Amino acid sequence: MGADSYGSDGRWHPGTYLSPGTSSFTDFLAAAAPDLLPQAAGPAGPGSSDGAAPGSLARDLPHGTTIVAAACDGGVVMAGDRRATAGNMIMQRDIDKVFRSDEFSAIGVAGVAGIGIELVRLFQVELEHYEKLEGHALSLDGKANRLAGLVRGNIGGAMQGLVVVPLFCGYDEDTGRGRIFSYDVAGGRYEEHRFYAIGSGSVFARGSLKKLYQDSMPVEDTVLACMQALYDAADDDTATGGPDLTRRLYPVVAAVTADGFERLTDEAAGEYARTVVEGRMADPDGPPAPLRAAVTPNGSRGALPSR
Amino acid sequence: MPFYVSPEQAMKDKADYARKAITRIRSGVVIACDAGILFIAPNPSRALRKFSEIYDRIAFAAVGRYNEFENLRKAGVRFADMTGFQYDRQDVTARGLANWYAQLLGTIFTDSNKPYEVEIVVAEVGKTADDDQLYRITFDGSVADEHGFVVIGGQADQVTAVLKDQYRDGMTLEGAFTVAIAALGSQSNGERQEVTAAQLEVALLDRTRPHRTFRRLTGARLEALLAGVIGGRRTEAIAGQQADQAAESADAPDDESAGEAGETEGAPGTPESTN
Repeated sequence: MGADSYGSDGRWHPGTYLSPGTSSFTDFLAAAAPDLLPQAAGPAGPGSSDGAAPGSLARDLPHGTTIVAAACDGGVVMAGDRRATAGNMIMQRDIDKVFRSDEFSAIGVAGVAGIGIELVRLFQVELEHYEKLEGHALSLDGKANRLAGLVRGNIGGAMQGLVVVPLFCGYDEDTGRGRIFSYDVAGGRYEEHRFYAIGSGSVFARGSLKKLYQDSMPVEDTVLACMQALYDAADDDTATGGPDLTRRLYPVVAAVTADGFERLTDEAAGEYARTVVEGRMADPDGPPAPLRAAVTPNGSRGALPSR
Repeated sequence: MPFYVSPEQAMKDKADYARKAITRIRSGVVIACDAGILFIAPNPSRALRKFSEIYDRIAFAAVGRYNEFENLRKAGVRFADMTGFQYDRQDVTARGLANWYAQLLGTIFTDSNKPYEVEIVVAEVGKTADDDQLYRITFDGSVADEHGFVVIGGQADQVTAVLKDQYRDGMTLEGAFTVAIAALGSQSNGERQEVTAAQLEVALLDRTRPHRTFRRLTGARLEALLAGVIGGRRTEAIAGQQADQAAESADAPDDESAGEAGETEGAPGTPESTN
């Protein structure tokens, strides 16, 4: 236990555990056991010790790619593909990149998979730790802010090429709506209002959602839109994996609503995946969007979303 | 200290001090049943809690000086989250936590000028009733592995006697609740008052829940349990303790902080301060 200190008298001084301190698990680790933090490998870390160019380590580590999130009626949906690559090699076919961070929020990570998963673990414990110490959960804004802090903490690794970027979404109990937050490696936090995607396939996924997405769709339709977006990302980005019908590996899909976080079972995800693939048998580029939309003041999708 | 005090005397003084402080406060009961592990204590405060979640299947119960056991509670949560993060969630056990608390309290007892005036229980609910674990840790760091039920604080002997008589393995939640209320009520010899849900703090480590098993029983659920207490027996005896101990506290040598709204006795002479 790194947190105990043995004084010069040989006795144990449990100081850090008993000090009033903060309710933040990350801050507690920084004081008690800093070696457990994901960002322990800073600028002076192992990546640069052998004199190799910065980033050469990163090239050999598995990277996870595309995550999409889209707001739906009464919540938000997040989906991620299952592929982890290192260079041109597929390192894992069934990696999970979308996780339950707590009862009313979900997090997906793109970038170096190992550090990303550690970041998620730390974030999960951070949220639970706060709730247990304080007796109530953080607000959604508080959770998003905390995640920004964790991302900021990894900036040393990011500068060495060990980049991790999360996508965070949750159900806001105050407004009854889903909210999405994106981040950059400097710890910047940006709220996205309809949909967003991160990772190497994100540009293709976002383009796809731009045409398919509509506000306040029911959860099922939003899931389908996300599946289409991931299929399009896999279609154009080698680092993103499409649905593997032979091995029955489908994107991880989760919905966060007033009922809490729910990850779709493999069977349910398989149903959506098959729907998408069957549609592509007829239209390989996916469902076409109408070229000329209905002429109304608010366009064919209805009113612009309120901010 | 200007004069020499023998170590035996110093330790005995500390132990007497802590023991006396703990006997003065209201008892709490931790009792195992088929549904899991139940925690009951009188507590009129809505903000200050005696029972808390430590980890998925582990809970913490304490009586005594509030700021001291609150410190211990937070330290325990930190220890558990640290262990679970470093290793895995299933590697956090009540036994490990109880041993750690024993070290902690033992160090505090020996090294500090004043021992912690607390008595704590660490409980872990198992998949089956046979796997339930209850550990009592006292102010000097002694750990005891208990079976079935634990009484902490107050006139523990009287309450334990009632529980020993009426407790059975495999009782239902309602049965365990009834027995515990009766046992807590056995201490009083003061005025009779109706016990309401607002005056009790009740929590449960629910065996059947998948991950985090700790739940507070409040509102309608607690009312239903109270209504089911056999024979509708008035358990005002528990509340009667408040009046007793408020009177007793006039003799207390040290000043219990006014912030302990839900704890121990109120300021001497002002029983209405315990809301």
